[in-house]
Amino acid sequence: MSDTALAPPGDTSASAGRSLATLAILRLRRNRAAVVSFIVLIAITLFCVVGPWLSHHAYDQVYRSYVGLPPSLSPYPAQNTLEDAMRGALDRARIGMRDFTISGSTFRVTLTSPNPIDPRNTRYIDRVDQFRDAKVVATEDGGKSLVVEGTVQRQLFLMGTDLAGRDLMTRIMVGGRVSLLVGLLATFVSLVIGVSYGAAAGFFGGRIDMVMMRVVDVLYSLPFVFFVILLVVYFGRDFVLIFVAIGAVEWLDMARITRGQTLALKRREFVEAAHALGVSELSILRRHIIPNLLGPVVVFMTLMVPKIILLESFLSFLGLGVQAPLTSWGVLIAEGANNIQNAPYLIIFPAIFFVSTLFALNFIGDGLRDALDPRDR
Amino acid sequence: MLIYTLRRLASAVPTLFIIVTVAFFLVRFAPGGPFDMEQPVAPQVLENLKRAYSLDQPLFYQYLDYLGKLVRGDLGPSYSALDFTVGEMLMRGLPYSISLGFGALILAVFGGVTAGVVAALHQNSASDYSVMTVATVGVTVPNFVVGPLLQLVFGLMLGLLPLGGWGGGDLSHRILPTIALALPQMAVIARLTRGAMIEALRADHIRTLRANGLSNSIIITHALRGALLPVISYLGPAAAALVTGSVVIEKIFAIPGVGAYFVDGALNRDYTLVMGTVVMLAGFVVVFNLIVDLLYAALDPRVRYE
Amino acid sequence: MVAQSLVPAERREAMNEDLKDPILAIRNLKVAFATYDGVVEAVKGIDIDIGAGETVAIVGESGSGKSQTMMATMGLLAANGQAQGSIRYRGEELLGLPPKALNRYRGKTIAMIFQEPMTSLDPLFKIERQLIEPLMAHSGLSRSAARARAIELLTKVEIPNPAERIDSYPHEMSGGQRQRVMIAMALANKPDVLIADEPTTALDVTVQAHILELLRGLQHEFGMAIVFITHDLGIVRRFADRTYVMRQGVVVEQGDTGELFTKPRDAYTKMLIEAEPAGRKAPVPPDSAIVLSAQGMRVTFRQRRGLFGTDVRTVEAVKGIDLTVRRGETIGIVGESGSGKSTLGRAILGLVPADGAVRYDGALIHPTDRHAMRPLRRHLQLVFQDPYGSLSPRLTAGEIVTEGLLVHEPGISRAERDRRAAGAFEEVWLDPATRHRFPHEFSGGQRQRIAIARTMILKPTLVVLDEPTSALDRSVQKSIVELLRHLQTKYGLAYLFISHDLAVVRALSDEILVMKQGAVVERGTVDTIFTNARESYTRELIAAAFLDNPDGRSFT
Repeated sequence: MSDTALAPPGDTSASAGRSLATLAILRLRRNRAAVVSFIVLIAITLFCVVGPWLSHHAYDQVYRSYVGLPPSLSPYPAQNTLEDAMRGALDRARIGMRDFTISGSTFRVTLTSPNPIDPRNTRYIDRVDQFRDAKVVATEDGGKSLVVEGTVQRQLFLMGTDLAGRDLMTRIMVGGRVSLLVGLLATFVSLVIGVSYGAAAGFFGGRIDMVMMRVVDVLYSLPFVFFVILLVVYFGRDFVLIFVAIGAVEWLDMARITRGQTLALKRREFVEAAHALGVSELSILRRHIIPNLLGPVVVFMTLMVPKIILLESFLSFLGLGVQAPLTSWGVLIAEGANNIQNAPYLIIFPAIFFVSTLFALNFIGDGLRDALDPRDR
Repeated sequence: MLIYTLRRLASAVPTLFIIVTVAFFLVRFAPGGPFDMEQPVAPQVLENLKRAYSLDQPLFYQYLDYLGKLVRGDLGPSYSALDFTVGEMLMRGLPYSISLGFGALILAVFGGVTAGVVAALHQNSASDYSVMTVATVGVTVPNFVVGPLLQLVFGLMLGLLPLGGWGGGDLSHRILPTIALALPQMAVIARLTRGAMIEALRADHIRTLRANGLSNSIIITHALRGALLPVISYLGPAAAALVTGSVVIEKIFAIPGVGAYFVDGALNRDYTLVMGTVVMLAGFVVVFNLIVDLLYAALDPRVRYE
Repeated sequence: MVAQSLVPAERREAMNEDLKDPILAIRNLKVAFATYDGVVEAVKGIDIDIGAGETVAIVGESGSGKSQTMMATMGLLAANGQAQGSIRYRGEELLGLPPKALNRYRGKTIAMIFQEPMTSLDPLFKIERQLIEPLMAHSGLSRSAARARAIELLTKVEIPNPAERIDSYPHEMSGGQRQRVMIAMALANKPDVLIADEPTTALDVTVQAHILELLRGLQHEFGMAIVFITHDLGIVRRFADRTYVMRQGVVVEQGDTGELFTKPRDAYTKMLIEAEPAGRKAPVPPDSAIVLSAQGMRVTFRQRRGLFGTDVRTVEAVKGIDLTVRRGETIGIVGESGSGKSTLGRAILGLVPADGAVRYDGALIHPTDRHAMRPLRRHLQLVFQDPYGSLSPRLTAGEIVTEGLLVHEPGISRAERDRRAAGAFEEVWLDPATRHRFPHEFSGGQRQRIAIARTMILKPTLVVLDEPTSALDRSVQKSIVELLRHLQTKYGLAYLFISHDLAVVRALSDEILVMKQGAVVERGTVDTIFTNARESYTRELIAAAFLDNPDGRSFT
């Protein structure tokens, strides 16, 4: 930290004190990396949460005409491809064409056929992604040629489309929702289990603590990826159950940290002072232990979210994550990795979002830790 | 020292036993079975298959049977790769994984420790910040992103190295997967070393050395020995994980190691294969933890007397 | 040379007149630290001279800058520290030298020993290596010659069996022995100046005396100058030829030690000297009622080991002690660390599991169940040594002080609690307006008053004071001692005063228990213990505290 960012010496004459939490927030605000990370994280979260509603594409909408499009700032379809697209669409109906013209966003084409054409054949035109609202405006040659007008459907694929012809940006948004949600919920699950287990072990101490921690030691020695995979295989690839499974495995660290903190707090003199005053065990827990546990727990939680997002994406990469058409960043990255030779943007865009989020969370976690425990680093 | 080693090994037996037991029942309680095919198998065939693999026996009997065979070193037949025993499968895949894993381990330890020490000695300098930035990237970016990116840059864009495959163990084939495998561990080790080294350099006994006018090289020797202790503790499980194969790296770089056995085994309900991989991993963990303990005792005289 | 010193120029002249040819001359030294909350000036332009072979004390309280002055001399300031001015050794400028150049002096002509013998040696290496490294670096000895010399040095610092002990690791030695090794290391290259930064503060008093005697003897032999950095006026008076008194980064007074103690010129020096606890406690009337009595107090700690905690080892911390306290009486309990004195205090309050019987006001309170004990807790209170650890960091001072009311008078309103908190603050001479602040916003002495207020708000009859002044500077100690005296006379409180500081114990107690290894080795009135102790251990303790020997101050 640069010294120029230091606040002026605090006004100590004020009768209201500044609590440790207030001080921590002040310190955090001075940490530029953490502040930037906060902004980035909020931006990404908004992008993922609000984005799908604003997007013109549904995350599972397949554009057969736009498979594997590279990212582009100009809308599809390109002018010069339209005639081919029209011909392709009409080929399926075994209908010929002539006089294809475009003016503005409307097209006009004359369908030709040796036999009279059923006007319902315009649906073949609507069926391709480039055109819609095709209407017969004139019938010539006794129905053997139809003049059709309609709208050219212009689509923007800022980040391109995947190999199934779905808009990548929308999929990144939806995938981000899943990844962030899994991260938060699984952290919450592990938090609840870990904190109550660890606090109980630390608070009761003695033999109970010893047995409880021995259990944790044994669970630690289990290869935990194996655990998650088994749970996922066991429960099926259900979105909700994935985070329960992850949370159920990741609570071990939380339990150890909480227990360690609780034991350390119990040995602190202010807890002994409360005993000497005759304060009951429950009040000591409520007034002295839990408030002092919050800091380390919050820090650990912030650092846990990226870990879980990583684990979820690892599972997705192995094909054990959320099921198609739903997606997550891990799934998208896995798809990108498989197609790295012909469509590198498929891995680059999801990876940018994924990595930025992990970075931001790590920086916030580090910043929080420094702010709560300001020994100079 | 020998007695200490034997005692440590003996104390690992209960842990191994618990791991095997938990794993055995977890695997068995998972729904589905090894012979669930796309097309339902005729009931009579299923019966015969089950009898052939003693799956018709009570579960507890199967458990005891498995334990008995395990003690004799028999990991049983694979259900998915017929004609192969699990032992044979592991023997086939392990050389690839171990050779790759050791390479990555050596790279991670040397690269990580060096970077960490350099960063700590020049705390808050440009070299410190660059080491720490790279380390943060290494910790944050998972290997399934790093792997393909390495392929993209060195394989496709620069065309320097092959994209994958083992290539008969040729060095050029090993470089990218080794880096991809080592990078996250190297990053963790660098951060760990830096932190421990900074702490060590601030210690009172280092101040004593300074007050006695001793040179930087002596100071670094003293500080590094203390700083290596947390790194060594970290290395036990990390080394076991590296050596037993990374499913992600082996998949990306098409390396026929043991990494994928576990996931495949779990998906196919290949009970013995899953159990075999778990036993293998647990065995490596025990061995590496023992090595770590011995190293630790060699470096820190205080633990030898406990 | 004099720039912005806070001491008037004419007085600075006077201060330096007597030393013509110093080997170490510090001029206008300033030390500043860049911290998270701004730049802190630790040393604000001071001059210090050290002559060959003399003993100089730099005395001051915590934060006076006395240690940082010498750290700057040795080039050992923390990374965020910056020194300005001049430090010359035999005319050569040391300040601003790069470490390599500085290493020609450090450990060779100027050596330093530190306060923390437990951590000042590298735990991972044998002491042999740590001793021979400076010898090889500065005197160019071969490994075997250095080892022989190291054994010789260990003999000089009176380590028994040095040829064998040289191959020990630090953790195999006691604190006193480690400090001896540190001294051996410092003397390895026969320095001209030995800087001793609180060399005995972390040691028990009896060990402290041995180390100081050793240093005195070695100074005779080696003829080096010694700079004592200390807060302990007893050491200063006994050992130093000249003394510098520092306060808030400034030398406020300096001169011949004897003169300085008899005719202090500066108000702060006077205050420091007077801060040594003086006076005696007025005796309690013999008909004063017995408040508490304890019989056969015995505390055994069990340590569980093994896989499921089945391997139990027991350590007897308190071995069957009786004591009686009357209203208005103070029992002093003294002993070195590990003597069980704190455990005894906690056992009497029922805070650690113990055997034995405790009666309060005639009623048996131990053994009894916790529920029956709870209402009695308000009468039996405890004040801790560490005023930083004993206050919950997330509650305001007011909340901390009124915590006991929540238990013992749950019926009273919030406003009434607040009013009583304000009253308790006044009782301990704190501004009641500060009760909304958090503990980290108070100084050590203020925190200790908050801790006392927390007990006083319950109107107790007996307070166990566990080293209440040990973590505080002398000048702060004084006001806490006065506060405790005031509260005792005002409310007729009974105190159990646990301390290793015999000066404070002598000033406050009626009766004294001397403890060693969990047992009482001697007990008696203050006068008997201090003038006519039976046990050699008691006499050793008293001698080591330098209470009775204000003369004989020089090493030479």
